[in-house]
Amino acid sequence: MTTEYPKPLPEVTEDSRPFWEGCQRHELLLQQCSRCGYRRYASPLCPQCWSPEHQWVKACGRGVVYTWIVVHQRYHRAFEKDLPYNVTIVELEEGPRLMTNLVGIRNEDIRPGLPVEVAWDDMTKELTLPKFAPAR
Amino acid sequence: MSLKDKYCIVGAATTKFGRVPGVSPLGFTAEAVRLAVEDAGLKKGDIDAVLCKYPPTGFRSLWAHKVSQALGIQPKIAATVDQAGATNIGLVQYAMMAIDAGLITTAVCTYGDNPLSGPPGTYAAPRGSDAAFGLFGAPSGYAMIAQRHMIEYGTTSRQLGAIAVANRAWACKNPNAHMREPMTIEDHQLSRYVAWPLHLLDCCLVSDGGAAVVVTSAARARELRKPPVYIMGIGQHHIAWELPQRPTLTTSGAKISGELAFKMAGITPRDVDVCEIYDCFTITPLVTLEDYGFCAKGEGGPFVEDGKTGPGGSLPMNTSGGLLSESGMAGMQLVVEAVRQLRGECGERQVNGAEIALVSGQGGIMHTHATMVLRR
Repeated sequence: MTTEYPKPLPEVTEDSRPFWEGCQRHELLLQQCSRCGYRRYASPLCPQCWSPEHQWVKACGRGVVYTWIVVHQRYHRAFEKDLPYNVTIVELEEGPRLMTNLVGIRNEDIRPGLPVEVAWDDMTKELTLPKFAPAR
Repeated sequence: MSLKDKYCIVGAATTKFGRVPGVSPLGFTAEAVRLAVEDAGLKKGDIDAVLCKYPPTGFRSLWAHKVSQALGIQPKIAATVDQAGATNIGLVQYAMMAIDAGLITTAVCTYGDNPLSGPPGTYAAPRGSDAAFGLFGAPSGYAMIAQRHMIEYGTTSRQLGAIAVANRAWACKNPNAHMREPMTIEDHQLSRYVAWPLHLLDCCLVSDGGAAVVVTSAARARELRKPPVYIMGIGQHHIAWELPQRPTLTTSGAKISGELAFKMAGITPRDVDVCEIYDCFTITPLVTLEDYGFCAKGEGGPFVEDGKTGPGGSLPMNTSGGLLSESGMAGMQLVVEAVRQLRGECGERQVNGAEIALVSGQGGIMHTHATMVLRR
């Protein structure tokens, strides 16, 4: 990851690395348990059945707004120019929810249940964030 | 075997709260312990367990051992526990278990820190990968929960504000409260947004200070200086999931933690005379009251809106001012306030005839929860 990028980087661990590498390829990946089929974001074993076996599967990239906030407080210098900005939890069609930002919409127009779709944001050559925009 | 009524809190103390420069986390902790042991009429040689909540200004390995050294105690049990704001009640539970197992006789449970005059930004730290999307600090996480509660149940900002206003009214009667300026619902509504839908006055303070309690057997307690405060019920429950993974944001660990504590105590919410409900943000006591069964799920907003949690109300809550107005420290002061209410030591803010007190602790972003029922 480049050192000039001023915002905090995602915490990439052995468990979540495939997710973030998928983002670089503009693929939204979820872990699917090989035993029980439970889909989750990233975890060393299935929290439902404890199977360590899993595959990474492509999510369709569609979901709905579950909850959101609008940050007014200056917590981090690199986000200052974005204030006030939304942080949103999107519920994917496949079930799991993701922390993200909505783009292409004014904060005051965000509604619960709003249909959204992934909108890839290439922050640097190495970092792409899965943001979401109102579904077309 | 139930632990009901077998163990007591016999000493309880807080240090000065607010901006108190020149005192280290160790200094606040040691001072709180000294005052709590003195309050119990005990001596340092009587303490054989030192149980600590870690101070969030920075991780320090072997914290309980550093505290023990400062106190000149070589305890049979020294432990540092990380359950965030639920830790304080957790520590009391572990003390009861250790005494019940015959391992120790008397434990001190304590927490102190200096997040206001010490290193800045303790509660604004990035939250893992969520920080890549601009999610920082505790207010943002609780705002996610508040907004979901508003979506599901129509809860309003003014209803959240009623809790803050009631707490401040209590704090105005507490000489040691960090914030003692009267507050109206308009003040709450006009305060700036930190993370919409939460205003500044929905958020707890950041305060320096320390608090401690001393736990021993009921038999021993009856020979000590102050009237014993009996632990009738105690429970914990930990939702653990991070916010996006959590199946629901609007029911907390309070539900099962509360059921465990009420069942052990053999009481219902109707029997509670005074409650000290962890209030890091206004949404927290609202959800906790629902989960404990003071009102139905989703009805917390209308329940608190009439100000019934304030002075003179039907459900006296956070009689010291709570985290919102007395001290932002993470919870041990609520245990101390419950003890003081049951002893009748609260002066102008005393709830007349308080016999049963309920205390809650919770932490993370509602990841952890603990509940305790006390009686005089």
